[in-house]
Amino acid sequence: MSFFQNFVNKFFKNLFKNKKQIKLGLYGPPNSGKSTLANKVCQDWLGEDMSTVSNIPHETREIIIKEQISIKSKDGRKELAFNLVDTPGIATRIDYEDFVKAGMKAKEAKKRAKEATKGVVDAIKWLDEMDAVTIVLDATKDPYSQVNITIVGNLAARDIPVLIAANKVDLKKADIKRIQDAFPQYSVVGISAKYGKNIQDFYDALFKMVK
Amino acid sequence: MPYSEIEGLSSVGRIRKLLNVAKENKIVLLQGRLKKEEETELIKATMEEINKDFKGIELAVIDASAAETAGIRKFRNAVYGMLLGDRQGMTIIGPASIVKEIKKDPHKIELLTKESKAKKSKKR
Repeated sequence: MSFFQNFVNKFFKNLFKNKKQIKLGLYGPPNSGKSTLANKVCQDWLGEDMSTVSNIPHETREIIIKEQISIKSKDGRKELAFNLVDTPGIATRIDYEDFVKAGMKAKEAKKRAKEATKGVVDAIKWLDEMDAVTIVLDATKDPYSQVNITIVGNLAARDIPVLIAANKVDLKKADIKRIQDAFPQYSVVGISAKYGKNIQDFYDALFKMVK
Repeated sequence: MPYSEIEGLSSVGRIRKLLNVAKENKIVLLQGRLKKEEETELIKATMEEINKDFKGIELAVIDASAAETAGIRKFRNAVYGMLLGDRQGMTIIGPASIVKEIKKDPHKIELLTKESKAKKSKKR
């Protein structure tokens, strides 16, 4: 009887194990466009938004997961299914006065700062859960910030595949080469999540990353 | 701060020691570097302690071995790395109330303070 029970348990365990979808995390500093990219992916393949976006940093302060996104390769032959995880931007400093300067009331700004600190902690805790990560960087900003280097270093230490999306290439100041020079060991794809520029290149790079 | 001051401590102890100095509104120049995992733990611990007086930190790590890409210097750094471990390079941690920004590129590091907005740069 116990042999039969073990067989059934193993059968169902393997059945669900095979169906397990990969978790694709979007990581990066605040305001790099992680949620804009998450929305673009969801709009393209599910026809709906995933996260709210704002010009004020730390708009995403909780982990947001969109399950069962399935994308197809350019030729339509390959399919990639994943759960997309949009994470709060990782920062080393959070000052509510910065939110006040951006136009928020003090009480609201303090609440946002408190939630943002918790969001950073959660984003770091979730690093271990990821099967693959896209690091979204603002291509107009300095890529050598310690936060970027620390995230990349941690993912490398955990053997998690990484793709770097150099976002905001629609802006004049964008410099993809600087990002490539900063992280020469990784694939860098220049995109504009807001306008969908090069988004097919991004999908192609995702296929390559998780193959 | 010489590396020997944190060498014997656990990961939690190292992070606690560095964070406590930053919370005293002092800038830490540490010989060597933390492990990659310790860097994220430092960020996490910093976030957990942010309040109306402590706004966080600015952090920069100079990894001497990573900058060299070829030749005898790379080999030399690899040997130093084996002998000295995490003593190579330098870590800078400053409280966000004093340090406005630490700019870093492969060849130099710039620390911009809030009060004077003066630039100090250190060539590698």
